[in-house]
Amino acid sequence: MTLDVARIRKDFPILDRTVRGGRPLVYLDSANTSQKPRHVIDALAEFYERHNANIHRANHELGEEATEAYEGARIKAAQFIGAADETEVIFTKNISEGINLVAYSMGNAREGRFRLGPGDEIVVTEMEHHSNIVPWQMLCERTGATLRWFKVTGWDGQLDLSAIGELITERTKLVALVHQSNVLGTVNPVREIAEAAHAAGALVLADAAQSVPHMPVDVAALGVDFLGFTGHKMCGPTGIGVLWGRRELLDEMPPFLGGGEMIETVWMERSTYAPPPHKFEAGTMPIAQAVGLAAAMDYLNEIGRDAIHAHEQQLLGHALARLADIDGLRILGPTAPAGRGAAISFEVDGVHPHDVGQVLDELGIAVRAGHHCAWPLHRALGVQSSTRASFYLYNTLDEVDALAEGIRQAQRFFQVA
Amino acid sequence: MQLESLYQEIILDHYRHPHHKGLREPHDAEVRHVNPICGDEVTLRVALKDAGAEPAVADISYDALGCSISQASVSVMSELIIGKPVSDAMATCDEFVALMQSRGEAEPDEDVLGDAVAFAGVSKYPARIKCALLGWMAWKDATAQAMRDGETQLRRE
Repeated sequence: MTLDVARIRKDFPILDRTVRGGRPLVYLDSANTSQKPRHVIDALAEFYERHNANIHRANHELGEEATEAYEGARIKAAQFIGAADETEVIFTKNISEGINLVAYSMGNAREGRFRLGPGDEIVVTEMEHHSNIVPWQMLCERTGATLRWFKVTGWDGQLDLSAIGELITERTKLVALVHQSNVLGTVNPVREIAEAAHAAGALVLADAAQSVPHMPVDVAALGVDFLGFTGHKMCGPTGIGVLWGRRELLDEMPPFLGGGEMIETVWMERSTYAPPPHKFEAGTMPIAQAVGLAAAMDYLNEIGRDAIHAHEQQLLGHALARLADIDGLRILGPTAPAGRGAAISFEVDGVHPHDVGQVLDELGIAVRAGHHCAWPLHRALGVQSSTRASFYLYNTLDEVDALAEGIRQAQRFFQVA
Repeated sequence: MQLESLYQEIILDHYRHPHHKGLREPHDAEVRHVNPICGDEVTLRVALKDAGAEPAVADISYDALGCSISQASVSVMSELIIGKPVSDAMATCDEFVALMQSRGEAEPDEDVLGDAVAFAGVSKYPARIKCALLGWMAWKDATAQAMRDGETQLRRE
């Protein structure tokens, strides 16, 4: 399976522009946010130009069209991750909001399987993005529950599952873990961990922000209870994400935000709530953004995530080999393409990531430098920060070569090579 | 390439050979500042001394982790500010902050800023301004703290 990358690149207007005084843009920061194809940009414009209205509460033709487009996006999102039913799909503004939604809803539970208190435990991992750590810390502070975590094995970037039996116990209420690490690229054995969690009676939430854009993901195959992803990392607009949850859980889980649209009946003393997913969608939602996300999913479906994954594996193999050739460069995470995705973080001896990033930027190469919102992971590996290059369907082998050459140039500039 | 205008030789020199680095005694205040965007951090100590009408900066010592800009900046700052009366030092700090906010438009005053004029190029890169300011903000915070503690002590006496 090879992608016609030249044709794909024509779909992304931004890839035509130059940066830093006329240099072609080499965009290697898609794990941060992806670029947008013309189809998505047009879908947003068309929605605003032709169909704009509020949804579910405008009894006119535009309102019908807008509602159909928004609910159509929900159906598409359900199919995109193999969900049984579109009522299991909640739109959020991003995955951080999706995770917070579950965390706050659990905090609101007075009874049942979502209620938390002292003695209960939430389990996360050391390789999580801050968005899958902090909401659980806050939940534990509110409820008196305890936060525990899987450690990473080291620079090979795997989860240390040796203590799984002590970590996941009858006290565990929920296990929250990343499907594919945004720093290491590691694809975690979510199904294996989910089975252990379910055997102990715990729920499982997967952060799939870095996997859903790049490979086929099926919630049933992963065996999880909740899964979140975000539109802007998969060619869609910012401001729209998805939280998927099993319907029986969404039925039982108390709402998070109160307001318009999420109710069934309101009295002055109390309210009853709409069934899922509307129970979790208070207020006017990012309607155009949901429509833009639908266009992004259409676009990715047409190319095929299998084909995208194969293309990225090819880029990844080439990149890992080229980077391994550079003296003084160390990759955080697996150094072979198997079991990992195409986000590569690395350290260059004697050159701080910010300075590597600056030299690359001067060459028109966009990467990310810092801790990538995974400070505990960097601390666990004993590094302060790293430089990350991340690839997507529109990247080329030539861009991989430009990256490697740029890193060498940074080494020369800072006189470490 | 614009890199040379950003990474002036003075900056690279201070990065490779930082001045006044290492935490020292005595000190009147110690702070730890972090740039949450990149994780760069500095632990900085200030010692003040009586110098006539107002206190002066007796010593600045620090331990820092970070990029060339943040490392060089704290080194240049220490070199520039140690020995100055606190009010002069604060004015220098304000001048440096103004330079950083100038988007490359300001003509830095070398009489006030000394080697710190080398950082003028940083102001063209919004993502790096915080790097250059990290040590300065830590110094300002530590000095304010030392001054407050000094006043408390005076009142007690």
